[in-house]
Amino acid sequence: MALLQIAEPGESDAPHQHRLAAGIDLGTTNSLVAAVRSGEAQTLADTQGEHLLPSVVAYTNSGIIVGEEAQQQQIIDPLNTISSIKRLMGRGVEDLRLLGSELPYRFAATDSAVPRIQTRRGNVTPVEISAEILKVLQQRAEEALGGALSGVVVTVPAYFDDAQRQATKDAANLAGLNVFRLLNEPTAAAIAYGLDKSADGIHAIYDLGGGTFDISILRLNKGLFEVMGTGGDSALGGDDFDHHIAEWIIEQAGITQPDASLQRQLMQTARSIKETLTLHERADIEVSSIGWQGELDRHTFKQLVDPLIRKTIVACRRALRGAGVTVDEIEDVVMVGGSTRVPRVRQLVGEFFGREPLVDIDPDRVVAIGAAVQADILAGNKPDEEILLLDVTPLSLGIETMGGLVETIIPRNTTIPVARAQEFTTFKDGQSAMAVHVVQGERDLVADCRSLARFELRGIPPMVAGAARIRVTFQVDADGLLSVEAEEQTQHVKARIEVKPSYGLSDNEIADMLRASMEHAEEDVKFRQLREQQVEAERVIEALTAALAKDGKQLLDNEERQQIDAALQQLQLLADGDDAAAIEDGIKALEQSCDFYVERRMNSSIHDAMAGHNIHEFEAPEK
Amino acid sequence: MLDLSKNYFELFGMSVGYVIDIQKIRQRYRDLQRVVHPDRYVNATEHEQRLAMQGSVYINEAFETLKDPLLRAQYLLRLHGVDFDPDTETTTDTGFLMEQLELREELSEIPRQADPMDAASHFMDRVSTMFNRLISSMAIDFEMPDEKQLQVAREKVRKMQFLKKLHTEAEIVEARLEEEML
Repeated sequence: MALLQIAEPGESDAPHQHRLAAGIDLGTTNSLVAAVRSGEAQTLADTQGEHLLPSVVAYTNSGIIVGEEAQQQQIIDPLNTISSIKRLMGRGVEDLRLLGSELPYRFAATDSAVPRIQTRRGNVTPVEISAEILKVLQQRAEEALGGALSGVVVTVPAYFDDAQRQATKDAANLAGLNVFRLLNEPTAAAIAYGLDKSADGIHAIYDLGGGTFDISILRLNKGLFEVMGTGGDSALGGDDFDHHIAEWIIEQAGITQPDASLQRQLMQTARSIKETLTLHERADIEVSSIGWQGELDRHTFKQLVDPLIRKTIVACRRALRGAGVTVDEIEDVVMVGGSTRVPRVRQLVGEFFGREPLVDIDPDRVVAIGAAVQADILAGNKPDEEILLLDVTPLSLGIETMGGLVETIIPRNTTIPVARAQEFTTFKDGQSAMAVHVVQGERDLVADCRSLARFELRGIPPMVAGAARIRVTFQVDADGLLSVEAEEQTQHVKARIEVKPSYGLSDNEIADMLRASMEHAEEDVKFRQLREQQVEAERVIEALTAALAKDGKQLLDNEERQQIDAALQQLQLLADGDDAAAIEDGIKALEQSCDFYVERRMNSSIHDAMAGHNIHEFEAPEK
Repeated sequence: MLDLSKNYFELFGMSVGYVIDIQKIRQRYRDLQRVVHPDRYVNATEHEQRLAMQGSVYINEAFETLKDPLLRAQYLLRLHGVDFDPDTETTTDTGFLMEQLELREELSEIPRQADPMDAASHFMDRVSTMFNRLISSMAIDFEMPDEKQLQVAREKVRKMQFLKKLHTEAEIVEARLEEEML
């Protein structure tokens, strides 16, 4: 219970307690962790001084290894070395076929909706594999900061659907991290830049990674980040540049049917050519295995990649239109993602927006840095901070109606958190159940959208067809995660169902993984639980005491004050003992006895926020 | 907690009416979200987080409604007791409906024009002008909102719905043209 957070900016008179927090960029190719230290957000290096952690996990005979060392295992032991796992997050077993032949792993037969990869250390899910990467980053942060993290912000691509977001959060929880917030990558980049320049206006974030492209339009106004629209292409990135170059080599060298090994080799060659051309006018090519030599100059390179870059420009134009702004209104263009290092990309993006794109912050690190800034704010370390983020839903949410059509309930680009309801009725006389199928996407047909969840609403009172009124409510929280509720209105029969994504892990599966990951003795687990509860109790007591000191006199009468003080003392007693369950109950009891005070404080802060305005200010004509 | 019984205008500290000051609304939105948004309650109890979520959802909904000329008009009609369901309302102004048919036909011809992008852009400008004309004539209807004025406003809202839909369809045509140009 952080009553501290309610304090008005600048008024926090409580003793300042710094909470350790970090921002994590969990990437397809590389991952990073960053934190605010001495007022500055910076990415954290490992003992070798490396900031980028290759997102590769190797399951070896001697244990699980992550990063650079795991990457070296890839050639020796490809089946037990997992890379690019981000592509599988939130994906179902059926999706694997679509992702197709690129996946060199063996998948286990399973009843679960979630795919499991066979390794020599057992079958593992994408969530568990990601958790291994997160654990390494967590450890790196805790060593660098000198203590346990109170929470983290983990970034996700803006286009990530509900199942992919949920899987990311599950992975963080499995790694033992407290997730303050999932944050969209382009928004994180905007924070990294916005803070430095505090430039009010409308900004475009152009994020071209290895396999994906994201464009976001944001309005920044006195610390308020309002995402106005997002767009992109989840299958377009720097890897496609390499493909085009590789194809060009195949054509030039007159290769008829390249085998898989030559393909891989050509892709590597293509990548290094691309990198050479960022600095030089031309690049020499040598494909030793077939004894071919050649040269690629920037002019030819342009012809190869321009169609791809133009695709991103079309997406930019569409995003601008979706946000209702013109190119001239864009103040700045921020470049994110390794592929924005290609000079031709910078040039064409600059031409389209009519201004030089911002490249001051390393495009590989900018997302983690922004996440670290946000984590520091959410932890409550900057009570005076004015920054507030208002993000949007990247994809429309709806349900299936008659004929396999989608009825949109929350359109894309709606500011979150949001709740929207829609009423439906029965189709047959006496119908007592109704199937609800939740989908996400922009297409009219259910078959073309992503299926998120299915559930059945039962116990509808028998009525003639069309008489029942079933209200389906969609709620998307600040993490962009969806929950759905359905209830019958006319007879006040409530049947609520919390929806778990079809491709997500069930709570039981997560609990099993947690148990498996804790290879400690029983006592260790118990001790850990006790410590956790004691720390939590201390936090609650401290926050409440500070709040009471600040406004207890104004907001509470004597009797109320005594009641709270008694509950406070009770918890203090419990916290000094060694019964974790009792402490947990005590925290709950204290929180319950304070509910009315919490509401009063929130009211009071809303009242203060509204003070100083009067109705007459608002009577000026539009524009 | 946030008083959810307040109407959107009260919540934003404004008098009920069609004319708004978007700068002020934006400022008030910021002030409200800054104290209510769930980001301020990351370490808080579930109870507080729920309140913050509800409040933040309501403020978002209010902001969305107040800043959008069509949603604002629909909301005002409902506030003044007009039972307005956007899905079933339709105009009976035959002159207007004829014009809509002609516009639709024109839209379907755009891809075959000499310069289709230019034609699409001009078309959208025209639709926007018609829409904006309705917006500027709407303010007066809500100044003295008697039954007669409200019905006048209602008819304008119906027409705005037509025009908005037409504009959206024109946007789709334009997007398709852009993709073909690749």
